[in-house]
Amino acid sequence: MTIQGTSYLSKTVESLKPSGIRRFFDLASKMDNVISLGVGEPDFVTPWNVIEASYHSLEQGYTAYTANSGLLELRKEISHFLNKHYSLDYNPENQLIVTVGASQAIDLALRAILNPGEEVIVVEPGFVSYAPAVTLAGGNPITVHADAEKEFKVQAEQLEKAITPNTKAIILCSPNNPTGTVLNNEELGKIAAVVEKHDLIVISDEIYAELTYDESFTSFASIVEMEERTILISGFSKAFAMTGWRLGYAAGPVSIIEAMTKIHQYTMMCAPTMAQHGALEALRNGESSVQKMKRSYQQRRNFVVKALKEMGLDCHMPGGAFYVFPSIKKTGLTSETFAEKLLHEEKVAVVPGNVFGSSGEGYIRCSYATSLKQLDESMKRINRFINNI
Amino acid sequence: MKQKEIELLELLEENARINIESIAKMIDVSVEETKKMIEKLENDNAILGYSTIINWSKVLESEEVTAMIDVKVTPARGVGFDKVAERIYRFPEVKAVYLMSGAYDLSVSVEGKTMMEISRFVSEKLSTLDTVISTTTHFVLKKYKHDGVIFDDGEDDKRIMVTP
Repeated sequence: MTIQGTSYLSKTVESLKPSGIRRFFDLASKMDNVISLGVGEPDFVTPWNVIEASYHSLEQGYTAYTANSGLLELRKEISHFLNKHYSLDYNPENQLIVTVGASQAIDLALRAILNPGEEVIVVEPGFVSYAPAVTLAGGNPITVHADAEKEFKVQAEQLEKAITPNTKAIILCSPNNPTGTVLNNEELGKIAAVVEKHDLIVISDEIYAELTYDESFTSFASIVEMEERTILISGFSKAFAMTGWRLGYAAGPVSIIEAMTKIHQYTMMCAPTMAQHGALEALRNGESSVQKMKRSYQQRRNFVVKALKEMGLDCHMPGGAFYVFPSIKKTGLTSETFAEKLLHEEKVAVVPGNVFGSSGEGYIRCSYATSLKQLDESMKRINRFINNI
Repeated sequence: MKQKEIELLELLEENARINIESIAKMIDVSVEETKKMIEKLENDNAILGYSTIINWSKVLESEEVTAMIDVKVTPARGVGFDKVAERIYRFPEVKAVYLMSGAYDLSVSVEGKTMMEISRFVSEKLSTLDTVISTTTHFVLKKYKHDGVIFDDGEDDKRIMVTP
């Protein structure tokens, strides 16, 4: 007997749609000389002091497992960092867990809290992994569409409407991928009231927190009464340009972090040790590098938003992350067609907005984490493309 | 405005050939305003010049020779080290002069066509100055990084094309 077809696969896995990003990657990577605005990661290499610290840890022979929840030293630094930047108060002993990227932290959080059939509200346009992660954890993702008219800021009333007796949690992401939208203190406060009223948990993905440009960032956990209801997710990938190191963390109430650690100890053991040593250096001596990168992103954001507006595309000024999410509705093309034609005709790769949920239709995501020279050229090409439609 | 000026200067410092329209967009002021800021900074001598970092070894058969010379001098009353520094930095082959703390006083960077040419400069021009007590000449063997620029063929983008 041979194993063929899909009859042996998990029904849950089979039910997941393949990622639209994957399809686009396959298209783009077959072509030469493409300028890619499709990359969801920094264009900086990890700061040298971090790389060097990781080397040093290897030379010193730090190649064994760490504690399940990560090096205590690192958890202490994370706790200190969260306190200094966002006025949060987490005990490094039992309220923090170091994970393999923020993605794993999201997975752990969902698996730690969900019973079969419970619902999790997911905001779209949003990161492609949330809904599948909910499904894989046995839950039901319920989509709420953030409105383009409101700069893609999800409204508390919208969330409240989506709540049923089965609702367990809401996943928030601010600054948002793909829209770059940041929810401010007041907006988070309104959401907090709904969360409190309906006794929910919030999984707050704050991976882009350090890349907030126009106003200071507010963590959802810092809203009154919310620390005990929030699972804060963050990591080193974006702010410290450490995507490939796969290092993230979660902070939250003791019972939830302990439950997450339980899953983590059986399925992962611990995050990579050499990456943890690098992260330690990043937190201790990385502030100036982060500030430098942040300023560079901010300048490039200004550049791209202006360039897009000059060519007549509607584009809100995103408050954070390194994406712009312009509307291409006036071209009359769908997101997919626009992105595909742009790739073939002008060799610029962008991500069609609909891969981030149906409310992303009519938009494209452009990452401005690429050199000014490339950005400048890609804007010229997009302009030419639009004029030739 | 001060903050915008600093941003502008940092952008120019990184790439003096960046076009004004790009700068204006990046620092969020008008093109006209950007031009005015640059003009003002030039007039104030905050911007002293625009130079190009060249890897001459890519172009010339034999690269120019660079030497760093540690110079001990006797400071003069009233003008300290400034007078002797000026005597030295006026020579066109001198590319940089710094007053240093530590074992010697002036660090002088000199460029010449050959080692002989630099030796001649040291023995005939530099050592013979009244105030110069001693010199120690170090020749540069290889340039790895200069003015913040690494001298190799640049790093390619190692990221994959499209990621979430």
